[in-house]
Amino acid sequence: MRPDYVLKRFAIFLFIIWAAATLNFLIPRMGSKSPIEDKLMTQAATGGYLQQGVAEMVREYEAKFGLDRPLWQQYLTYLGDVLRFDFNYSIANYPRRVIDILLEGLPWTMGLLTMTTLISFVFGNLLGAFLGWPRSPRWIHFLMPPLLALHALPFFLLGLVLVYVFAFTLQVLPLYGGYSTGVIPNWSLEFILDVVRHAMLPALSIVLVSIGGWALGMRAMLVTTQGEDYTTFADAKGLRPKTIFFHYSIRNAMLPQVTALALVLGQILSGAVLVEVIFGYPGIGTVLFQAIRGSDFFLVQGIVFVVIISIGIATFVLDLVYPLLDPRITYQRG
Amino acid sequence: MSIVTPTPGPSNAGASALPLSPVVDIASAAQSTAGERIVAVSRYMRRNLSLPVGLSMLLVLAIFLIVGRFFVDLEESRAVSVRPLQPPSAELPFGSDRQGRNLFAVSVVGTPMTLQIGLTAGLIGVGFGATLAFIAAYYRGKVDTIIKGLVDTGLTIPGLMILITVAMNVRGGLNVTQMALVVACLAWLYPTRTIRAQLLTLRERGFIQIAQMSGMSGPEIIVKEMLPNLLPYLVAALVTSTSAAILASIGLEVLGLGPFEAPTIGMTLYWVNYNAAIINGWWWWWVPPIVVIGTVFIGLFLVAIGLDEVANPRLRRTV
Repeated sequence: MRPDYVLKRFAIFLFIIWAAATLNFLIPRMGSKSPIEDKLMTQAATGGYLQQGVAEMVREYEAKFGLDRPLWQQYLTYLGDVLRFDFNYSIANYPRRVIDILLEGLPWTMGLLTMTTLISFVFGNLLGAFLGWPRSPRWIHFLMPPLLALHALPFFLLGLVLVYVFAFTLQVLPLYGGYSTGVIPNWSLEFILDVVRHAMLPALSIVLVSIGGWALGMRAMLVTTQGEDYTTFADAKGLRPKTIFFHYSIRNAMLPQVTALALVLGQILSGAVLVEVIFGYPGIGTVLFQAIRGSDFFLVQGIVFVVIISIGIATFVLDLVYPLLDPRITYQRG
Repeated sequence: MSIVTPTPGPSNAGASALPLSPVVDIASAAQSTAGERIVAVSRYMRRNLSLPVGLSMLLVLAIFLIVGRFFVDLEESRAVSVRPLQPPSAELPFGSDRQGRNLFAVSVVGTPMTLQIGLTAGLIGVGFGATLAFIAAYYRGKVDTIIKGLVDTGLTIPGLMILITVAMNVRGGLNVTQMALVVACLAWLYPTRTIRAQLLTLRERGFIQIAQMSGMSGPEIIVKEMLPNLLPYLVAALVTSTSAAILASIGLEVLGLGPFEAPTIGMTLYWVNYNAAIINGWWWWWVPPIVVIGTVFIGLFLVAIGLDEVANPRLRRTV
């Protein structure tokens, strides 16, 4: 891997962090001169009472981001805070800090997303490969239309239907949450099985929707590899069809799919946030939903930033993995 | 890059004006009578099934929305106008919700609002995106690198997060128009990417180079030579970005950042979730919005696939 390729990808990653922080700083200040005080007052008004600690929060905030200080100084203070993951207090849960609440939700979301993305990527691509392969059995072609129709739907829509069918009507899977109520999270086998049972429906609604998309892309790519010279050559050499399929066709058709994965991670996450809301899954999405409901401005800001950074890291890692699959990429310019 | 034959699709009639374009079957289609053209188009539609199926799904929805307006008092889409929580009956065909909205009126009034949000944002997105794409393809070099880098980086960021920040900071409650503008903030990224890629292949094609050599000016080439060939792509981009904008607006609304006064689909789902309608067994509350969203998304998706095939004949199914 050439160092300038890694450096360039890292620069893009830094740019994303900087852009996220800057937007987070600028957007609230475009509408109002003292946005935070406004937010705190809104929160107090919707809460019907003055939240304990609001006065302290305002005072601390004024000291840091007071209007007597020029904008660029406020901006630098903000960047410094963000780099130390200091997102201030949660307004609704004072004196808990935003970062602590975030760290509680993040593992749930990351677990759900990693599992569902891996499963749908692997199975979707395999299915797509078989669809584009002339030797595969006929029945496999009947899978595509329903999967494509599902692919057009948003994750949470399927989630609503799944909740109704499997949790409400059939009552085979839990309706709500990440684990049974009244249980304290631990590492026993019983608890892990409980978590898996709760994750089934949210995961299923993401996987079923995603598979069709991967299959569609893979089928198109695999069909184009059929006409390539190396496939004809492999055929002429007398290689077994299975070898050609897995080692010649799929390996080459995979490359654009990995690029596509890096591009859609953000979209998958946006969709998963809503799935969490529907299922009350204890990840970032549910925290975000409650923060918006409670006008908890700092918490929302923290979530937005951390989510953007997490996806940035994931994209960066994918960028680093990609040259291992396709060494040509590091030698390209532009 | 092989020479791609323009297709006898409905949106390609303008292609006959191109001098020296690689016309094969379009020539006969463009010079033929209207009747023959309709036959050709319908024969093509029968082969490319996704376009007519998608269009008819959207048509059925449109008929429902238009006819429905005559059978219900539209004011009943507001809260506290009928008895709350009634299951469907002759009087209230879709029942009513917990706040006393007539859910039939909600469907008929709210769906066009959601579609309006999507279409407005989609149009802004494609307009701005196409402009940026033309700038990138025209100036190339540094300008192109910057625009491409910006778009590629922007696409990896979870868009919903940026939209949440914007929506949270609009003062006072949002209305439907503001909702459309918020969603439009990021609606230009994807169109820029696809249209730019298309322009780059287009400008290498023979007829563009002939036009340049014969002394046509830049704007003239863009309007007379490039736009007609780009039209199917622009329509496809509009369909895709409209669908993405509807999805984004519903996402914001379900999270509680939507126009609270408007009975849009997303706000209906927000109330469904807020009142735990599924667990309480109030199925009539959430079935209509789900059916409507399903029809819209699957319909738009099929139209987009169909248009893609019109625009890019190499995709045509041979398998």
